[in-house]
Amino acid sequence: MAKILKKEQWSDTIFSMLVEAKDVAKAAKPGQFIILIPKEHGERVPLTIADSSVNEGWVQIVFQVVGKSTLELSRMNEGEELFSFVGPLGMPSEVEKFQGKVVMIGGGIGIAPIHPIAKKLKEMGNHVVSIIGAKTADLLIMEDKIREASTEVIVATDDGSKGKKGFVNAVLEELLATEADNVSKIWAIGPPIMMKVCAISAGKFNKPIIVSLNPIMVDGTGMCGACRVTVGGQTKFACVDGPEFDGALVDFDELMARQRQYKELEQKALELYKSKEGVA
Amino acid sequence: MAERIKASEKFKRDRVPMKEQDPKERINNFNEVPYGYSFEEAIKEAQRCLQCKPAACVEGCPADVHVPEFIDKILDEDIEGAFKEIKLTNALPAICGRVCPQEEQCEGACVMNKKGKPIAIGRLERFVADLARDKGILDEPPAESSKASKRIAIVGSGPAGLACAADLAKLGYDVTIFEALHKPGGVLVYGIPEFRLPKAIVQYEVDQIKKMGVKIYTDYVIGYIKTVDELIESYDAVFLANGAGAPSFLRIPGENLNGVYSASEFLTRSNLMRAFDFPNYDTPLDVGKRVVVIGGGNVAMDAVRTAKRLGAEEAIIVYRRSRTEMPARAEEIEHAEAEGIQFELLTNPIKILGDENGKVKGLECVRMELGEPDESGRRRPVPIEGSNFVMDVDNVIVAIGQNANPIVARSATGVETNKWGYFVADEETGKTTHPKVWAGGDIVTGAATVILAVGAGKKAAKSIHETLSQK
Ligand SMILES: Cc1cc2nc3c(=O)[nH]c(=O)nc-3n(C[C@H](O)[C@H](O)[C@H](O)COP(=O)(O)OP(=O)(O)OC[C@H]3O[C@@H](n4cnc5c(N)ncnc54)[C@H](O)[C@@H]3O)c2cc1C
Ligand SMILES: Cc1cc2nc3c(=O)[nH]c(=O)nc-3n(C[C@H](O)[C@H](O)[C@H](O)COP(=O)(O)OP(=O)(O)OC[C@H]3O[C@@H](n4cnc5c(N)ncnc54)[C@H](O)[C@@H]3O)c2cc1C
Ligand code: SF4
Ligand code: FES
Repeated sequence: MAKILKKEQWSDTIFSMLVEAKDVAKAAKPGQFIILIPKEHGERVPLTIADSSVNEGWVQIVFQVVGKSTLELSRMNEGEELFSFVGPLGMPSEVEKFQGKVVMIGGGIGIAPIHPIAKKLKEMGNHVVSIIGAKTADLLIMEDKIREASTEVIVATDDGSKGKKGFVNAVLEELLATEADNVSKIWAIGPPIMMKVCAISAGKFNKPIIVSLNPIMVDGTGMCGACRVTVGGQTKFACVDGPEFDGALVDFDELMARQRQYKELEQKALELYKSKEGVA
Repeated sequence: MAERIKASEKFKRDRVPMKEQDPKERINNFNEVPYGYSFEEAIKEAQRCLQCKPAACVEGCPADVHVPEFIDKILDEDIEGAFKEIKLTNALPAICGRVCPQEEQCEGACVMNKKGKPIAIGRLERFVADLARDKGILDEPPAESSKASKRIAIVGSGPAGLACAADLAKLGYDVTIFEALHKPGGVLVYGIPEFRLPKAIVQYEVDQIKKMGVKIYTDYVIGYIKTVDELIESYDAVFLANGAGAPSFLRIPGENLNGVYSASEFLTRSNLMRAFDFPNYDTPLDVGKRVVVIGGGNVAMDAVRTAKRLGAEEAIIVYRRSRTEMPARAEEIEHAEAEGIQFELLTNPIKILGDENGKVKGLECVRMELGEPDESGRRRPVPIEGSNFVMDVDNVIVAIGQNANPIVARSATGVETNKWGYFVADEETGKTTHPKVWAGGDIVTGAATVILAVGAGKKAAKSIHETLSQK
């Protein structure tokens, strides 16, 4: 059980929550995630740790409503208890003081998970260039926090409603075209298709790129294999071997196919929930 | 007091059968299959026991359960006495009575085997434990003791962790269990299905242990939230009982197609997350018309019988050896057969075939024949050249074993593991290479049995008590 201390709605579908979890906050490192079950009958939902405070004993999650579980979670309120909340899980990001610049790319909801990594990298004295992108200006989250955690920030939106018009990978290519030699490392987190194109862009310049994979998970501790991904021709369990992997080696098409595994059942569950709860 | 019958009569009588749910009915539900003995049935079965001294059955039991003594107490109609007799050496009788491979243990050793009619010790054990639970008969209360200042940390709440916790709590220690999942019980809750081991029984055992003052922190993954090193610092002793939960895969092409599961995932979704009750519970499970389960152990039987209950028209075991080599409990194989499970024996999968959407559609196999015995003494299966064939299937469930999950071990400095990642621990005491750390259960032996895990938990509790008492 973990109490929701604070809840904010950042867009039509994006929410942020601070959840009381002292021991998790103490142990959390950038790149790690938690798994929660909203209510007793619920499923296990993996979400990245977007921020945490040891002093105040909370962990922040930022999530987008995409189906039944995230919808149900978004309808829970401050003061309510989550049925289960476990973390931190996964391998932390491998952060260090790099020679050149570090580029952090966050796409859509993926902006949240790059925040703690950028923050840590900057603390360690890195020059952090963040590229954050979303479909439209309304969906662009955490801009202020990202600015705090970065040296430079480039904003892009698909429709040009804010910052550059276009996809984040185009911005990355533009950046690398002028200063590839100055860039030591790239992180890209967001929908699989965005990570895939970013990995291709980085590959054109022979730059190492880390991506954070979000396959369907169950336990999140290496006990079930639901989260299998293929990296460099080998099967890995994203929850314990990752979630971060070398973007050049990831089989993104398999990842996307595996994410669709329960599409029909998920749809059914969502519709049933909406009709029961009377939500549109 | 029930009548004691003459030896000649004992030899004449047959094993009292246990009534069970009709196979046609039970493939549509998750209720327990056997109903358990009635009082009369239990007495009738208990009467057949020869009360051997020394008793072969006790030799055969990994926990040395005092079999003839508890059976005699059943005849005295002293259920409390029988229960306490069993509890002396086995912390979880209601569970062991249901899931132990008795035919290889107590019943396999029973002298009545000579007549082909071993005493149904497992059924009697279950009878006593169930009746004790119904009547609210409790085990010894914890000792009011000065040891309470000594704190013990246990990692994992499977049978090894629970047994160790119970014994240490009885001795008055302050015990805390850390469990990764949101429910305690280990394989007993996430692996073994409801129709074989009702979760209410596991819950009852967990509640008893909590009543003894044991604290259980769920959602607490040691290795992440705290390291074993940190536990060693803040506790007087640490018992590692984190099981062997990591699933093995076949490493054949097509294993990452949609519709392919490890048995661990399949069973966890159904048992722990209650996918069998989707969409009342949110966790989905994708079960098609033809489901193949690869393997021949208890895990494979549980998966295939679960698939049948979840609506598979055909649920098929594919196993590379023959029926006699199947490691599953005899009763599970019989139950599976009665439920219409098909068996493709001497058959080995070599490739999983998928459609354009990345979903399983077929399984290519090769037929096998038995060659020379291997190190395990079982005859080694060898492929018959040119015997390849393809089965049309919607799901493939891989149940070929579990191995060690490294999360706990890599956070434990000075606790040695072997090359497979299992903790190295003394068989008699559970002592590891670290003076404050003990280990037991599947994480020491590799995937084994509930009773061996219970035994390891008890031995570790004894050794921890001895060590801490010396200080
Ligand atoms: C390590 C990790 C970190 C994540 N971090 C975040 C985060 O910080 N914020 C956020 O909004 N989301 C995050 N996700 C994704 C999030 O877990 C899913 O969106 C969520 O589980 C969907 O549940 P649902 O019932 O609402 O949707 P469903 O109805 O179950 O699914 C809707 C769609 O979401 C996708 N999906 C379903 N389950 C998962 C899953 N377990 N993981 C990924 N995609 C899934 C599928 O494509 C599916 O078709 C993360 C996933 C992982 C594995
Ligand atoms: C499907 C199935 C059917 C079986 N059928 C039978 C049967 O019929 N008869 C029989 O005798 N045996 C059977 N077994 C085997 C038996 O269940 C195991 O041998 C036994 O449960 C081992 O007990 P354990 O306490 O060592 O580990 P487990 O039962 O595996 O418990 C380990 C516990 O530790 C927890 N844990 C793991 N890592 C961490 C961590 N990092 N931090 C905190 N907690 C952690 C796990 O979540 C789990 O709860 C079966 C096994 C399976 C999988
Ligand atoms: S060996 Fe069989 S007959 Fe002899 S005491 Fe044990 S159960 Fe009874
Ligand atoms: S989610 Fe179960 S092994 Fe990764």
